[in-house]
Amino acid sequence: MYEGAIQDLIDELGRLPGVGPKSAQRIAFHILSADPADVTRLATALRKVKELVRFCAICHNVAESEQCRICRDPRRSDEVLCVVEEPKDVVAIERTGEFRGRYHVLGGAINPLEGVGPDNLRIRELMIRLGEGTVKELILATDPNTEGEATATYIALMVKPMGISVTRLASGLPVGGDLEYADEITLGRAFEGRRAV
Amino acid sequence: MYVRRLELVNFRSYERVEVDFEPGGSVLVGANGVGKTNLVEALGYVATLGSHRVATDAPLVRAGADSAVIRCAIVHDGRELLVELEIVPGRANRARIGRSPARRARDVLGALRLVLFAPEDLELVRGDPSERRKYLDDLLVARLPRYAGVRADYERVVKQRNALLRTAYLARKTGGTRGGDLSTLDVWDTHLAKHGAELLAGRLELVAALAPHVTKAYDAVAAGKGAAAMTYKASVPVETPDRTAIEAALATALAEARSSEVERGVTLVGPHRDDVKLMLGELPAKGYASHGECWSYALALRLAAYDLLRADGIEPVLVLDDVFAELDAGRRARLADLVGQASQLLVTCAVAEDVPEALRGNRYAVSEGGVLRVQ
Ligand SMILES: Nc1ncnc2c1ncn2[C@@H]1O[C@H](COP(=O)(O)OP(=O)(O)OP(=O)(O)O)[C@@H](O)[C@H]1O
Ligand SMILES: [Mg+2]
Ligand SMILES: [Zn+2]
Repeated sequence: MYEGAIQDLIDELGRLPGVGPKSAQRIAFHILSADPADVTRLATALRKVKELVRFCAICHNVAESEQCRICRDPRRSDEVLCVVEEPKDVVAIERTGEFRGRYHVLGGAINPLEGVGPDNLRIRELMIRLGEGTVKELILATDPNTEGEATATYIALMVKPMGISVTRLASGLPVGGDLEYADEITLGRAFEGRRAV
Repeated sequence: MYVRRLELVNFRSYERVEVDFEPGGSVLVGANGVGKTNLVEALGYVATLGSHRVATDAPLVRAGADSAVIRCAIVHDGRELLVELEIVPGRANRARIGRSPARRARDVLGALRLVLFAPEDLELVRGDPSERRKYLDDLLVARLPRYAGVRADYERVVKQRNALLRTAYLARKTGGTRGGDLSTLDVWDTHLAKHGAELLAGRLELVAALAPHVTKAYDAVAAGKGAAAMTYKASVPVETPDRTAIEAALATALAEARSSEVERGVTLVGPHRDDVKLMLGELPAKGYASHGECWSYALALRLAAYDLLRADGIEPVLVLDDVFAELDAGRRARLADLVGQASQLLVTCAVAEDVPEALRGNRYAVSEGGVLRVQ
């Protein structure tokens, strides 16, 4: 245990995902010996992210205003909607350049082991969006793992009676993996070859 | 296929050990507890990513160390492949194949084909159904590595489905309303049936191919004393490995079991509840066969696996850990005949004389000091 401020910093860093006690200590001492200007920039970035970033009122992606950049873009199609688990998946799909529709970010996947059910995700919000009647195709781009597949099946079952075409990304994505780890080419191909479910 | 070299760092009792092997027969001799099984256990780990003795990785790491490394050079078709595994308990293993890091440790499967017979295998005959399911699934993955994914997917679905049922069960018991939501159960049923059908079909195909080898191997070891027969006992009525039919049968069975599953809070239908029936003559081996018969049966199961893999075209490495001491003279001699032609055979024993003359090729002395080639 260290005294006061440095231990506080180690404790805070240690609460971040993927940062163990040893890494927390290493990062804390790195910050301590870093240039004050660098540390100020880091502190500002941390403060700003909480002040400025919020969730888009339409798609729940991260945004710097009421609506995100993608929802505001008039050139994108309102007829195709792509459902993803997390904002990072939006980034991954945008990188492929294959998709010109809109997104809906669920905020996770159905995961009983972690106590996450449909009510904990933005599925109700999705159904309201679909109820407006503009969307013609719904692409389920949840992760290609057990929880992502279950979430996709659950949504497909709910949407089918609405007469909207529902598609899932083609296989070829690394099974059991995360969408964000697929490279652009694989993900782009999976998008192009999506099939009805 | 053969293992040319094995290196261990902080694995079991070994701080560091390097052993060079050759094709053909090798005998590892040493007193009880010096680390013979530890060596072959490491090879088994490379082949299956699991130990044949323990279910968790912690005991594999030398007491006081944080992680263990197994490095292994495998020669197949004149080409050498280097496989390295780092075992860190509680975390995902790190693997290297050749010079590059593998994306997942699972990618190592298939690099080393190995059949290991060990005293623990008595449980295949006498133990719980889970032992026999593991035997089948390990062999399924050894033959067709893609089943590693099928198996993992299925196990994950069962785990998630059980968590859902369990939460609802507990919510009901405590009278609470939170977590009692079973609206996704239909979805889990669909996925359980889909992945379960894939796994079950794989097992049925495997048993169909394997059963004749089991009968033959038992007959060869026991010299005509009783006929061994293996059949698959599914928890749902299925006959052929037709995936669509099995998926439908699983879905029907799940629908029928729904109320008792909800009541008990656990998944009662699926290949995780199945068994393999092992008969000896008219009687089941479990509960009826003698100690020596059970031993021979367990051995026959491993030899059958070996025969099947060989029939697929790649000759596996065969390891017999402590087997000869338990067999009578006739069975020793017949076993020696059966395995003498293996491309690589590793035999461990505490007393060199227990191993038939014909198999005593290269000899290694295992002691607290390490492993020494003596002949
Ligand atoms: N994680 C570990 N750290 C240190 N020592 C270990 C560890 N796991 C096992 N051992 C030691 O390894 C020894 C057992 O080695 P092993 O099972 O290979 O013996 P063996 O030579 O096969 O003996 P036997 O002839 O009785 O089968 C035991 O003495 C045990 O204490
Ligand atoms: Mg031993
Ligand atoms: Zn938006």
